[in-house]
Amino acid sequence: MSESQTPNPEQQAQAVALGRQNAVGSYEARFEDLWRTLHRLRRSTLSLVGLGIVLGIILMAVFAPYAAPYPEDVDSVHFERVFQPPGREFLFGTDEVGRDVLSRVIFGTRISLSLGVTVLVISLSIGLPLGLIAGYMGGPVSTFIMRLTDIFLAIPPLVLALAVSAVLTPTLENSIIAISFGWWPWYTRLIQGQVLSIKEEAFVEACRSAGANPWYIAFKEILPNCLSILIIKVTLDIGYAILTGAVLGFLGLGVRPPTPEWGTMASKGRLHLPARWWMTTFSGLAIFVTVLGFNLLGDGLRDAFDVELE
Amino acid sequence: MRYRDYLIRRLLYTIPALIGLSMLIFAIARVMPGDPARLALGPEASEEQVQKLRDELGLNLPIHIQYLHYMRGVFEGKLGVSLYTNRDVVVDLIEYFPATFELVTVAMILAVAVGIPLGILSAIRQDRWEDHTTRVFALSGVSMPRFWIGILFQLILAYHLGLLPITGRIAPDLPSPTHITGLYLIDTLITGNFVALKSTLAHLVMPAVTLSLSPIAQLMRVVRASMIEQMRKGYILTARANGMPENLLVYKYMLKNAFIAALTIIGLLYGFFLGGAFVVETVFSWPGMARYGVRAFIFKDFNAIIGVVLVIAVAYAVINIVVDIAYGLLDPRIRLGAEAREA
Amino acid sequence: MLDVTDLRIHFDVFEGEAQVLNGVNLHIGQGETVALVGETGCGKSVTIKAILRILPMPPGRIVSGHILYKGQDLLAMREQELHTLRGREIALIPQEPMSSLNPVFTVGEQFTELIRWQGRYRVSWIERLARSFDGVGKRAARQRALDLLEKMNIPDPPRVMRSYLVELSGGMSQRVLIAMALAGNPSLLIADEPGTALDVTTQEQILQLMKDRVEKEKLAVLYITHNLGVAREMTERIYVMYAGEIVEQAPTQELFRAPRHPYTQGLLASIPKLTGGEVLGIEGRIPDYVGPPPGCRFHPRCERAMAQCQEVRPELIPIGPDHMVACHLYEREN
Repeated sequence: MSESQTPNPEQQAQAVALGRQNAVGSYEARFEDLWRTLHRLRRSTLSLVGLGIVLGIILMAVFAPYAAPYPEDVDSVHFERVFQPPGREFLFGTDEVGRDVLSRVIFGTRISLSLGVTVLVISLSIGLPLGLIAGYMGGPVSTFIMRLTDIFLAIPPLVLALAVSAVLTPTLENSIIAISFGWWPWYTRLIQGQVLSIKEEAFVEACRSAGANPWYIAFKEILPNCLSILIIKVTLDIGYAILTGAVLGFLGLGVRPPTPEWGTMASKGRLHLPARWWMTTFSGLAIFVTVLGFNLLGDGLRDAFDVELE
Repeated sequence: MRYRDYLIRRLLYTIPALIGLSMLIFAIARVMPGDPARLALGPEASEEQVQKLRDELGLNLPIHIQYLHYMRGVFEGKLGVSLYTNRDVVVDLIEYFPATFELVTVAMILAVAVGIPLGILSAIRQDRWEDHTTRVFALSGVSMPRFWIGILFQLILAYHLGLLPITGRIAPDLPSPTHITGLYLIDTLITGNFVALKSTLAHLVMPAVTLSLSPIAQLMRVVRASMIEQMRKGYILTARANGMPENLLVYKYMLKNAFIAALTIIGLLYGFFLGGAFVVETVFSWPGMARYGVRAFIFKDFNAIIGVVLVIAVAYAVINIVVDIAYGLLDPRIRLGAEAREA
Repeated sequence: MLDVTDLRIHFDVFEGEAQVLNGVNLHIGQGETVALVGETGCGKSVTIKAILRILPMPPGRIVSGHILYKGQDLLAMREQELHTLRGREIALIPQEPMSSLNPVFTVGEQFTELIRWQGRYRVSWIERLARSFDGVGKRAARQRALDLLEKMNIPDPPRVMRSYLVELSGGMSQRVLIAMALAGNPSLLIADEPGTALDVTTQEQILQLMKDRVEKEKLAVLYITHNLGVAREMTERIYVMYAGEIVEQAPTQELFRAPRHPYTQGLLASIPKLTGGEVLGIEGRIPDYVGPPPGCRFHPRCERAMAQCQEVRPELIPIGPDHMVACHLYEREN
């Protein structure tokens, strides 16, 4: 048993319930469940709003050049229209070099979304296998992996991201790496906990005594049962990763201008407060709405899956 | 007792984790591209001068030797010299730590004092307007970037409405309170300096609220979930069926379990506070360790970076152990465990 | 003493409206021991929760019916009035002892609090504060708790009082719960599946204990069980319940001598015999309450179902001394 797991009754109860729920944890069964859950999702207005926001953000990111009224403003300058307040021509006003804030906010969806998704992909790629191995193997391997997560979890993830990005040049890629440093251990811990509780279940014992290969057991029997918790966590975490990326940008450790990252935009706009308030306000608003969308969606998924747990 | 063993083991495990972290941070800091000596001296300095500084700073030694030198320094209470302030990092930290400590502590108290009652309210009035409004508020609180809400507070409350001061820890025209603990709230109270106390409180409001918004939401959620879960539990139904007064049921029976649930996330929340402090101190120009840290990060001031990270790591570890101890004290299931079962 | 009349309760669930209780009628006289027997999911728990008014009402809804206790309709009473009855007149012995005590308080804390404040709907914190200085009251409550625990044949009651739930065994906590149920001198006990969560030996001890106590204090008891053996041992009369309806009721001896309803017969036949032989069961499962079968709710599983059974719901008709059954098979005989 791993000592680094602080007692979390809520999580444990959820893990046990999830494990017991489907004795046959095949992918087919799980996808059926997923489909049913998605139908359940339809009933909650708030989660649909969240889904709408997320889809909207994705669409904006994909079609940014068409959605933005002034797509060239990503990196061009127009000194003749600096500091225009929000109005009919420039919905969110213009910034200190005359660029349309709305267009930059729209293009910012690309930056934020790619950041959020990439951080999650990296964290999962590192955290998931490590968690599976740690949970399944036990013994010294498990101890080593969990001690490793302890090291990375010894400081809050934001602080670690700040420290790492401090020593790297400020680019989007480096921000992603910096944030991933602090993100992956959570997944290792989560999966390890799940594996531990599911490992004891009867059906796994049955598989093992039938002589199945450990990798097979891991992927075909254990992982499907963690799927719902994983999906919920990933959805929520994309939002939080975007938030962290924005904080990095705001503190000056993220991407550099003219890249239209929301945090960086807010930070630049801050210099011109209080008179020219629109740059900071709208870039911050974009972050808020995006994270809110992912949170609503994640919450809705949690409710939809939880209903099954009853 | 089993739990005591668990605590001792936790304590022992923290130490290698901290050491591992120091190694990690050190490695990251030293391995980064760019030359700290060059940065310090500027592009005009000659190559000789740069090399000389490098030798002085011990930068040409192999990295593990550098690490050992550094750690020896830590145990002697020396954390190197800040490239920016030109003082011992230890001195800098001692100077700036109280401000951050005060901010984070006040924010934590605020979070607990507001979050837990809101959670209870939300649970008792489940699905009614109190529940819905608090849940919407909670969702927003968790999604809002702290710098954004902080700036909005500044704009609206301070600038346009003039209710609160925009930045800083105390009014600039007031002399600093007599330094006893470094915590203005306590120092002004002890010395009876009520003008300064009022100013301190006014300056604390926005930063503390900004910092605690998301934790309030998270605490509220956890408490609400715990209370709602308990409403269906056997011991509540049985006690009610046998005549236990309703308000005792809610405010004593359920509350203790909800507190325990809240406690499980308090450690994590503290990490949230520590991280958020960097943002909040920057927005409100709060003269604390986190703002010092941000400057260190931007200027690649290694000793300061490592110093700040270490302090945070130690503080975080201490809080987590305290939380674990409290958890064991409150929850007999953890304390006594399966071994306590009699046949 | 207790009269349940035509109780209908529906639950609003995700799939629709679950018509769980479909007109339940029960009667318990003073000092009578009665059993409500049925398989898991037949609605027994819902019935007793309704009587005790601890049914979660958002999903649950009382569509119609009355529950009269000593003449008063429990369903019409407000919480404040109702609370005076709880513990003092009607008490609950819950099913799962290991989840029926608050794990973060000691037995002593819970027990004495219950004794001191039983039956009151609200206790202001001022009063609690004042009473906390009342050493005499506290000691009296503690003494009563110790006495009750002793009556439960618990060795070393003071130690149990100091213990937390996690330190107690199943049998011990069950005894504590029985003691707590008796604390208010109730006239009616409701015992939810007594002993099912325990091993057989302990269960037997608990049942014996209950029998003793019930006899000595002349209590009325409603036993909920799925175990016919327990019903036979502990009660004078039995109600057989299926899918939210009472299908047969009779004095215990009579029911075992001459079970009439096909379901009751199936239940009795499924008890494994000491002499060996095949273990029989009843085909099928309890119906979906959202779309229950029309007519008699048992007809899909009944070997002797007739055309009428699919259309008309059978009423309870007398077929012997105090023996009633709800089945179309016996309607001609009447």
